[in-house]
Amino acid sequence: MKLTVQDLNSHYGPAHILFDIGFEVGEGEVVALLGRNGAGKSTTFRSIVGLVAQRSGRIMFEGKDVSAKPTHEIVRDGLGYVPEERRIFTDLTVEENLEVGKQSKRPNAPHWTREKLFALFPNLGEMKNRPGGRMSGGEQQMLTIARTLMGNPSLVLLDEPSEGLSPKIVEQMVDAILTMKKEGVSIVVSEQNLHFARLISDRAYIIERGRICFGGTMAELDARPDIRDAHLSL
Amino acid sequence: MAFYVVQFLTGLASAASLFLVASGLSIIFGVTRIVNFAHGAFYMIGAYIAFTLTERLSGAFGFWGSIVLAALAVALIGVLVEMVLLRRIYHAPELFQLLATFGLTLMVEDLVVLVWGPDDLVGRRAPGFKGAIDFFGQNIPSYDLFLIVLGPVVLGILWLLFQRTRWGVLVRAATQDRDMVAALGVNQKWLFTSVFAVGVFLAALGGALQIPRDAVHHAMDLRIIVEVFVVVVIGGLGSIVGAFVAAVLVSELNAFGILIFPKISIILVFLVMAVVLIVRPWGLFGKPEAAARKTPGLTVNPWRPLTSNERLASLAALVIAATLPLFAGNYALTVGSEIAIFVIFAVSLHFLMSVGGLASFGHAAYFGLGAYGIAFLAKMAGLPMIVCLLLGPLLGCMGAAVFGFFAVQLSGVYFAMLTLAFAQIVWSIAFQWVSVTGGDNGILGVWPEKWAASPSHFYWLALGVAALVTIVLRVMVFSPFGYALRATRDSLLRTEAIGINAKRIQWTAFVIAGTTAGIGGALFAYLKGSVFPDNLGISLSVDALVMVLLGGVETVSGAVIGAIVYKALNIWLVSQTDLSKLVLGGFIVLIVVVFPKGIVGMLEMLAQRRRKSSPPGSPLLAKPIESAE
Repeated sequence: MKLTVQDLNSHYGPAHILFDIGFEVGEGEVVALLGRNGAGKSTTFRSIVGLVAQRSGRIMFEGKDVSAKPTHEIVRDGLGYVPEERRIFTDLTVEENLEVGKQSKRPNAPHWTREKLFALFPNLGEMKNRPGGRMSGGEQQMLTIARTLMGNPSLVLLDEPSEGLSPKIVEQMVDAILTMKKEGVSIVVSEQNLHFARLISDRAYIIERGRICFGGTMAELDARPDIRDAHLSL
Repeated sequence: MAFYVVQFLTGLASAASLFLVASGLSIIFGVTRIVNFAHGAFYMIGAYIAFTLTERLSGAFGFWGSIVLAALAVALIGVLVEMVLLRRIYHAPELFQLLATFGLTLMVEDLVVLVWGPDDLVGRRAPGFKGAIDFFGQNIPSYDLFLIVLGPVVLGILWLLFQRTRWGVLVRAATQDRDMVAALGVNQKWLFTSVFAVGVFLAALGGALQIPRDAVHHAMDLRIIVEVFVVVVIGGLGSIVGAFVAAVLVSELNAFGILIFPKISIILVFLVMAVVLIVRPWGLFGKPEAAARKTPGLTVNPWRPLTSNERLASLAALVIAATLPLFAGNYALTVGSEIAIFVIFAVSLHFLMSVGGLASFGHAAYFGLGAYGIAFLAKMAGLPMIVCLLLGPLLGCMGAAVFGFFAVQLSGVYFAMLTLAFAQIVWSIAFQWVSVTGGDNGILGVWPEKWAASPSHFYWLALGVAALVTIVLRVMVFSPFGYALRATRDSLLRTEAIGINAKRIQWTAFVIAGTTAGIGGALFAYLKGSVFPDNLGISLSVDALVMVLLGGVETVSGAVIGAIVYKALNIWLVSQTDLSKLVLGGFIVLIVVVFPKGIVGMLEMLAQRRRKSSPPGSPLLAKPIESAE
């Protein structure tokens, strides 16, 4: 297994957010984490990379327990994270944003260069010196993914990559994610949009009120319309 | 004409050091969000170490090598400070960070006297820049020309560093979003440490470069830090270009201000700062900061008024305190009066800081203004004591009304820096305007009238006023005005969204706190029989902050307890040691790092723990609302 999460519990202050979350991601797999707004998708991702201070449980990445490590070490081990809010450095240019994400090569992961990323996201190549703050939402979404890929991750946590994007950009996003998969990057993608998830994912988990309530292949999910209708808004 | 050109060039030369120190402060703030009060201390150590090294090492290389070596050595000290102290408080509220670095400053002030002695040290002239250049009959020191060139050169180097290196890109990214930088695999710890080292290096370099121009002395830290605060408030915190422009502006205003108002040249700088704050509250080159942590404490507990039992207990404590003259001697009564006066002072700051969320670092200004008010009325106008006591604090009230108006335009660290700068301006006026204030000699012979002259009578007067002030402010905390004020503290935007004029509420609170402090100062003038500029000095402002912090910044009654414990401790300490600043500074750092909740906060925590462990029942049903007394 590429990534195994077991008994993950997280708190924000007195509020208990995640309850015994557990899921697995295989080598080269794309796994969708589906759920409504506020179900706990983003908190799950933030907990995995250590951005939530109060958490417990086991997070095995490439066979090693990373749950005690600080954020930057988890990321340097090859676990990339793309936040939902994109969090582009607005004062920095596209090139400089990519520079911040740059890490050294990794033997078990594809190596991304600026040129390769500009081929993947042609829009970015046309605005190398534009500050991040003067880009559209879709361009920022591309930049935030490209920035994480500069760290040559072997697995990427993609938090709601289709949120708020126009259909045309969503198509580009699907292509980009499939290219990443073809290159050998394992991906966990959180989504509310089942149609988008279906286009890219091998398997899916459904999260509801901080608990995993379904796990299986996309075909298995389609066979259970009751679960789909109960936990996902379409 | 030539004279004005020379004056202009002198201003430019002074700007160089100011720019170095201010840019260091800005860089550190940008990434760590800490306003490093100790920056002036690093500047001072830089000057002292450079002095020692230039005395030992000879020749041109020895001199310039010493300057750089001194800056590097201080940067190393900075790294140690960052790793040992600051790493523990990065997530603490900004008030704690300001106080911890201020504590450090106090310690350094005593340490340099221990190492280098109290006398001014005059350093060597710079080799190659010893002479002066003749400019139409006016002399320009060639070292000044060197500094004039150095400023823009350093600005250029910093620009290249931040625009052209990976380190610079990372620093700029971290300035905007530290967590995201970590989420991209960058080790924040070392980034922070390196940024701190660079900032401290710049400060120390600024200090080291001063030795051919100025004597090295142990008060140069406060002088520079106040100027630096003014510079970053004008230029915009976090902007290096802003630091440069504002450093030039402030230095020129100083250079020409002396020609216009020789006695109170600082007025001109103040006026410019006021205009900038009205037009661009975040400085010429700064950006509006998203409000970070508004609460002064670590957690927020709902507040509640005292229960009737607690009221009786407080009353009993007051009655017991009132019996002191029955068995205590005159010295104890004088100490008691002083403590009562400082209760008034601490309670007034608590009202502004804990209730209003506005941590003032210059609260002594209003205390001192109250004291000067008494001195003017009693000595010059010859009014009776009761009238003086009623009118004297009005000077504090007026000062608070003027400065408060500008100060509440800002919040957080800007507010702290601005209040400190204002207090320092008032201090300078009291110090320099000798014909009115007596300058350093103060105003003597301000004695109470017969009915209040005996120690016991004065003690009762002070105790009564302290009790009255405490009760009035407490009632205000639980009045509609108090609710509105606490609302502005907890969320400024939401307060305005429900139709409260937040700035006016804060301004009112500022004036109330300033007037109350003025009452304390008025009594203090009568207690001491004299008024000095120190009555509005920085150390008194810090005393007030420490009293509130020691008692517990999150509590309602902490200020009273904090004032009593701290003042008693302080009076005892001063009688025991010459190194009171060192001990006090260490004490402040210790509270911030180890006991951030203060005395009352700790007692409350213990009480809560006891309550939690005893009651049975389901934790789901019983959700006790914890409250602070």
